[in-house]
Amino acid sequence: MERSFIAKNPSVLWFLLGLSLFTIVVTILSEASGTALISTSFLKTLGKTLCLCLVAIAMDVVWGYCGILSLGHFAFFGIGGYAIGMWLMYARTEDIIVSSLENSVLPPTPDEITNAIGTQIFGVVGGSDFPMIWAFSHSLTLQLLAVVLVPGLLALVFGWLAFRSRVTGVYLSILTQAMTLALSLYFFQNDTGLRGNNGLSGLQNIPGLEAVSQATLSLWFFWASATALGAGYLLFAWMTSGKFGSVIRAIRDNEARVRFLGYHVESYKLFVFTITAIVAAIAGALYYPQAGIINPAEIAPIASIYLAVWVAIGGRGRLYGAVIGAAIVSLMSSWFTGGKAPDINLGFYVIQWTDWWLVLLGLTFVAVTLFFPKGIGGLFDLLQTRKGDKA
Amino acid sequence: MRHTILALMMLLGTALAASAQTLQSILQTHGEEIASPSRNSVSVALDDLVASGLPQTTDFLEQWAEKNVWQRGDGIFFIGVEADDSLTLTDIDTGVQSTAPVDDFTQLKPNGGVRRVIGTALVQFQLIDPELTRRETAVASIARRPEAAQLAPLLASIDGEVDATLKARKIQLANFLSARFAENPADRIAAINSLATDTSVEARAVLNQILTKTGGVAATAPDGNIATIRDPFINPDLSYAALVDANLAPARQTAADIKQALESNIVEGRIGGLPLVQMDDPANRVAAYAALAASGAVPTLITDEVREAALTAHVFYTLYSEQNPDITTAATAALASVETRVASAQAVDLTLDALSLASIFFLAAIGLAITFGVMGVINMAHGEFIMMGAYTGYVVQLFIPNYTVSIIVALPLAFAVTFAAGVAMERLVIRRLYHRPLETLLATFGISIALQQIAKNIFGTQARPLTSPDWLAGAWVVNDVIQISFIRIAIFAMALIFLALILYILKRTRLGLEVRAVTQNPGMASSMGINPNRINMMTFGLGSGIAGIAGVAIGLYAKVTSEMGSDYIVQSFMTVVVGGVGNVWGTLAGAAMIGFGQKGIEWLNPSNTLAAQTDMILFVILFIQFRPKGIVALKGRAAGD
Repeated sequence: MERSFIAKNPSVLWFLLGLSLFTIVVTILSEASGTALISTSFLKTLGKTLCLCLVAIAMDVVWGYCGILSLGHFAFFGIGGYAIGMWLMYARTEDIIVSSLENSVLPPTPDEITNAIGTQIFGVVGGSDFPMIWAFSHSLTLQLLAVVLVPGLLALVFGWLAFRSRVTGVYLSILTQAMTLALSLYFFQNDTGLRGNNGLSGLQNIPGLEAVSQATLSLWFFWASATALGAGYLLFAWMTSGKFGSVIRAIRDNEARVRFLGYHVESYKLFVFTITAIVAAIAGALYYPQAGIINPAEIAPIASIYLAVWVAIGGRGRLYGAVIGAAIVSLMSSWFTGGKAPDINLGFYVIQWTDWWLVLLGLTFVAVTLFFPKGIGGLFDLLQTRKGDKA
Repeated sequence: MRHTILALMMLLGTALAASAQTLQSILQTHGEEIASPSRNSVSVALDDLVASGLPQTTDFLEQWAEKNVWQRGDGIFFIGVEADDSLTLTDIDTGVQSTAPVDDFTQLKPNGGVRRVIGTALVQFQLIDPELTRRETAVASIARRPEAAQLAPLLASIDGEVDATLKARKIQLANFLSARFAENPADRIAAINSLATDTSVEARAVLNQILTKTGGVAATAPDGNIATIRDPFINPDLSYAALVDANLAPARQTAADIKQALESNIVEGRIGGLPLVQMDDPANRVAAYAALAASGAVPTLITDEVREAALTAHVFYTLYSEQNPDITTAATAALASVETRVASAQAVDLTLDALSLASIFFLAAIGLAITFGVMGVINMAHGEFIMMGAYTGYVVQLFIPNYTVSIIVALPLAFAVTFAAGVAMERLVIRRLYHRPLETLLATFGISIALQQIAKNIFGTQARPLTSPDWLAGAWVVNDVIQISFIRIAIFAMALIFLALILYILKRTRLGLEVRAVTQNPGMASSMGINPNRINMMTFGLGSGIAGIAGVAIGLYAKVTSEMGSDYIVQSFMTVVVGGVGNVWGTLAGAAMIGFGQKGIEWLNPSNTLAAQTDMILFVILFIQFRPKGIVALKGRAAGD
């Protein structure tokens, strides 16, 4: 008899249970419900961490399950952020401009409003005309579509070009690094129309919801991030189970053999690449309104590499591993570099964690790659075998 | 005109002064003009002085310009040097020295304009001065401020010039001056035509000077040498603004003007009969304004039709300052020819820059190509090895202040340091990740993060200087357009040396033989008795060592920071990927392609180097589609991934 999906993937149930519990606890402890044991800024950090966990799951699927070491997935995260940021910035500036022009003698014409918005947004880079890519920025629906379509299209084109010419392994990783570098350089230019290295700011102010306090807004975004994480987890767990999951795991293990068995390997890889790109973009669209600002330095090549670091430390090839890795490493990162970790006094030298955290991270990463390839997720395996022994 | 009167006066002067003249007597004749000269009146006195042909004239004129001429109470002029209250005087004619109290004398202080006129007169003497440096100074001052009056003396001084370089320069300057100031148009045209082969900035400046034009607008085309008649409809706004400036048309109302006019004419919530709330529609605003204009409250709206009528009714011309059309035609032709030459010189300059860039990429990438070719390992810490080499150079320079010696010591030391680091990394990390290239990529990346941060902790975030020795400073200048700094030439030479060295090692030494064998087929090579572990170690060390030396070279011309590695890592990767692995010529081809490609894109869009890099990366991504294994790919079964 065919076992149910949950029976075949017990981890999914545990994970969703854990996530719901976590959400409820945080909600109770947050400012919005009165107890204020968690500050709003920490709540935002938790929300952002959930988004990072989502993009880590996407990375895990494309790398841990399918074997494509894409060192450019954070670019899609950034594009999602920019797409939603454009609407946020436009709509908020529009509100400001309209209310400021209300007191003028003559009612303003639509052109005047658009020009004023343009000057407000692009004055910082010395322009006032709207570049072409802002053509749809006035409409929330269209920009939400852009969050999904633009990275999806980019992944589709890049993936098709790469996979069709059988570029694999390290070559592919280098090409994805080149892609994300090209994208970040492109965004850095003022001509592109995304305000160059000023980026888009003020994204935490949601147009239409000015009356809602930041505490409540952060809580809503936290819920949205948790829901997205849960949905993403379910989606990928379903995708990687069953026949499709078997095929992509086989592609990871021995691509040539799968091709000889008759499967059209390129289509599978392209599908996985594209869908993980879209999920990464959605994660980005939820992340950046909580961060409040996005700029091209976020999609520098190193950001995508940190993504690989999280997944590797957490345990690739298992979805909960990616979540654990992203959560632990990014939270530790902000704790250490935020200066809150106590300095270690060695007598002749004081180790200040703001300076030495990256060294620790790098060496840990090397150690994990060498000695603990299964990452933290491998510990769960020990649990399994122990249980098996007992039985 | 002035010259004929002058000639007459000179004749008169020489007729009158039949007896031997002294400089003093000439000065006395023009006593008042010399004591308090003005720019116009002094030339009369100067011409007399110059015509006298007396040897002391040059010296006197120089002293006069330097305010060293004093006049005594009785009107006699002396050259004097002031010291406290007394004056050391030199007689103008005889040179006899004497002293006298300052109070009896007044100092002559010619103003700037007068000094310039004196300077021009002096030039004639300085051009034939027996001392070379003085002649060169005179020629340089003519080049700075060319004037019509200098042409004749310059031409006269060319034949007698003994120094070849200075003579060539004088001929060039004489050409410039003739082109602009010669009397006879045929002479000018001849000079202009000879300028057609001169690519210097000065020649272009002269030609552009001749072709100066002013724009204007009128009802009919004016007389004179017309350069162009513009079509006003190419940019109607600009053309109409020109009409407004020339007071030939009323100013056009901007949207802001219309808005202001409407605001000041609100009557009981209506403007021109239309309600205020409807003013958010631009069409309504125009209608309201028209209504106001009809009632005379505001000037008529200048619509597009009115503007077009005005534009068609006028002629928009540009007029040459130079009246003679033959000359302007010749100058235009000469300028076109000059610009073609300049463009080809720019192409040569670009090629030099591209070669230099390619050599830098080659140096940075060759170590990576060797390790990847032999071991299939991409070392992401390669950039950090470059950085280590650069910092080694910096540390050596801290201990050895002599720049030349420090570089000579730094190069092998950087090699040794990074060789050791590479060997250590290979033994500790990479050996354990055999057959897992992706993991190796990530492990080396972890090391790269750690190394960058350690370097930042040791050396700080500021850029550290790596100074090149003095004999490498400066540039090789071919002409105004083509120049390249000596450091870049040195780096290019170093790249060539390395190319030769690596080819030698690979083709002629035992180690090279073993490396090539392991590259082609590690299993077979070990069956033949070659120890692949030892070869891997040596190769990795060699590749890292070369990176260290590249670091010293790069540090000499770029900044040494803890992040300099990441600047070169992506470019190095792309050089390796594009060039193909396993073959030094492949890396060379890859470096050449990326270097030339980037410079080419930069030339097409000079203001935006970021765009050049972006486009280059896109080009590489596309290139890989057509040649996934790179330009020079290894063939054979063992050459698979």
